[in-house]
Amino acid sequence: MSTFLQQLVNGLSVGSIYALIALGYTMVYGTLGLINFAHGEVFMIGCYIGLYAAFWLGYETLSAASFSPMSATLVLLLAMAGAAIVGMLIERFAYRPLRGAPRLAPLITAIGVSLLLQNIAVLAFSANPRSFPSIITEHRLEFAGVTITNIKIFIFAVSILLMLALEFFVKKTWTGRAMRAISVNLPAAKLMGVPADRVISLTFAIGSALAAAGGILFGLDQTKLEPLMGNMIGLKAFIAAVLGGIGNIRGAAIGGLLIGIAELMTAGYISSDYRDAITFVILIVILLVRPQGLLGVVRQEKV
Amino acid sequence: MTTPALKLDNIAKIFGGLRAIDGVSFEVAPRQIFGLIGPNGAGKTTAFNCISGVYTPEQGTISFFGQSIAGRPPSQIAALGIARTFQNIRLFGDMTVLENVMVAGHATISFGPLAAMFRLRKQAEEQERLATRAYELLRIFELDSLAGEFSKSLPYGSQRKLEIARALMLNPKLLLLDEPAAGMNSREADSLKNQIRWLRDTFDLTIVLVEHNMQVVMNVCEQVHCVDHGQTIASGEPLHVQNHPAVRTAYLGADVDESTLRQS
Repeated sequence: MSTFLQQLVNGLSVGSIYALIALGYTMVYGTLGLINFAHGEVFMIGCYIGLYAAFWLGYETLSAASFSPMSATLVLLLAMAGAAIVGMLIERFAYRPLRGAPRLAPLITAIGVSLLLQNIAVLAFSANPRSFPSIITEHRLEFAGVTITNIKIFIFAVSILLMLALEFFVKKTWTGRAMRAISVNLPAAKLMGVPADRVISLTFAIGSALAAAGGILFGLDQTKLEPLMGNMIGLKAFIAAVLGGIGNIRGAAIGGLLIGIAELMTAGYISSDYRDAITFVILIVILLVRPQGLLGVVRQEKV
Repeated sequence: MTTPALKLDNIAKIFGGLRAIDGVSFEVAPRQIFGLIGPNGAGKTTAFNCISGVYTPEQGTISFFGQSIAGRPPSQIAALGIARTFQNIRLFGDMTVLENVMVAGHATISFGPLAAMFRLRKQAEEQERLATRAYELLRIFELDSLAGEFSKSLPYGSQRKLEIARALMLNPKLLLLDEPAAGMNSREADSLKNQIRWLRDTFDLTIVLVEHNMQVVMNVCEQVHCVDHGQTIASGEPLHVQNHPAVRTAYLGADVDESTLRQS
C-alpha cells in the first residue's frame, strides 16, 4: 500500500510537469492543426534560461539555503518570459511563412526547428550535462510511510495553479475566446475581426511559457540538464496530449497526470527499465482503441 | 455626389488559368440594398471574398467610403466596418451562441491580452459590456433564450439568424449577405425580405446581397448587378436587369418564352 501511495505521489509530480508541456502541444494543435515538434526544445531552453537566471541572481555566491523564495520565483518568471519570446520567434520565422501551405510542410519544418535548437543548445551550453541549482532547499515530510518532499508539493501546486490560470484565460477572456474561435474556423474568425496572427503568436507565447515552467520544475526535481533532454520529455508530453485528446486543454492536463502515474507505477511494481516503455504502450493502445483521445471528439470530415 | 459606401473598380481575381472575376466594377450608395446576381460559378462569392479580404485581387481597387481596402487582412477590414455572413454557415460550432456573438466584439476592445491577464477588474468590466451588447443582439433575433446552447445544436434557420447577429456585433456600416435565402421555404423567404429592409433601417446599414432567389432579389434590392463568367453583363434597376436579354440568356440559355422567366 505504501509503495502505491509513494508512487502515486511521485507520479503526480512528474505527471504535472508532463501536463504543463502537453498544454503547449495541444494549444498549438488546436489553433493551427500543427504538431509543434520543437516544443520539447522550448522546454529545454526554458530550463537553461532558468539555470543562467539563477546564477545571474547570485546563486553561486550564496548557499542554496539562502536563495530567497523571491529569487526562486524570479527564476521561474524569467524562464517563462524568455521561453515565450523563443516560442513567438519560432512561430514568426518558421511557421507563419508556411501558413496556408500543405500540412506536411510546417510539420517537416517543426522537426527541422527542433534539430536546429538542439544543436544551437549544444553549441551554446555545451553537450555536457549540467546540474540545475537547488534554488529551493529540500525538506522531507513523512506521512504513513510515504515520503513527500516540499519540492514535489511545490511542483504539483505550481502546475495546478498555472493550469487553472490557463483554464480561466481560455474560458473567460476575449483572447481565449478568440483562440477557440480560431481553432474551430480560422477564416471565419478572421472575418469576424479576430487579429489571427496576433492571437496565434500569443498562443505560442503562452504554450512556451508553460513549457518553461515545466522546465524549471523538472530541474528542481531531477537536477540534470542536457541539450537533448527535450527529446524524450517532449515526446512523452506529446503522447500525454494525444492520450487526453489533442486540441483539448483539459485532456492534456489529465493525460499528463495519467502518463506520470503510469510511469511511476511501472517503475514501482515492475521495473524502472520499463518506465519509458509504458508510455509508448499507452500510445499504441490509445491509438488502437480510442484514437481521438480520452476527451477528444471525432471531427467529421465533410466530403 | 456623395462618396459611395462601396466601390469596386475594374476588379480581377485569377485562379491559375481561370479568371473568376474579370474587370468587374460597381458602386453601392450608402444605405442602399444592392443585389449581386448571376448563375452558379459566375464569381459572386469571389467578389465577396475580395471585398472582405479573403482574397487579394490581382487587379483593380476596392474602396470603402473612399478608403482603399483591397489587399488588407480580413480582420482589419472587419474592424473597419465590413461584416459578412456565409453561403455555407460558418459558426463556431463548439462555442455557445453567446460566445459566438462575443467573439466578433474584439474591434471594440481597447486593451491587449497582457492587460487581460493582469488587470482583472478592467477585464471583467469589458467582458460584462461585451456580454450585454451580445445579449441585446440575441434578443433582437429572438435567440436570447438559447444563449447557453452550443451553436451547432441550433436549427438551420436560427443558425442563419445567429450569423447575422454575430456580424452585427462588429458594428458594421456595410453588411454582406451571401445567399441569405438559401435553404429557406417560400414563407421564410417572404419574411426575409422584410427583415433585410428592417436591418438596413434599424442599424443604418448598407447591404450587399448575393442571392439566387429572384423573388427576394427583385423585391428587396434597389439596384442589381448581374455577372456571368466573371464579367458584368447587366446593371441597374431590378426590372431593367430582369428584362435584359443577356441576363436571360445567362440564366436560361437563348430563346426562352417570357412566361418561363416570370414563373421563376
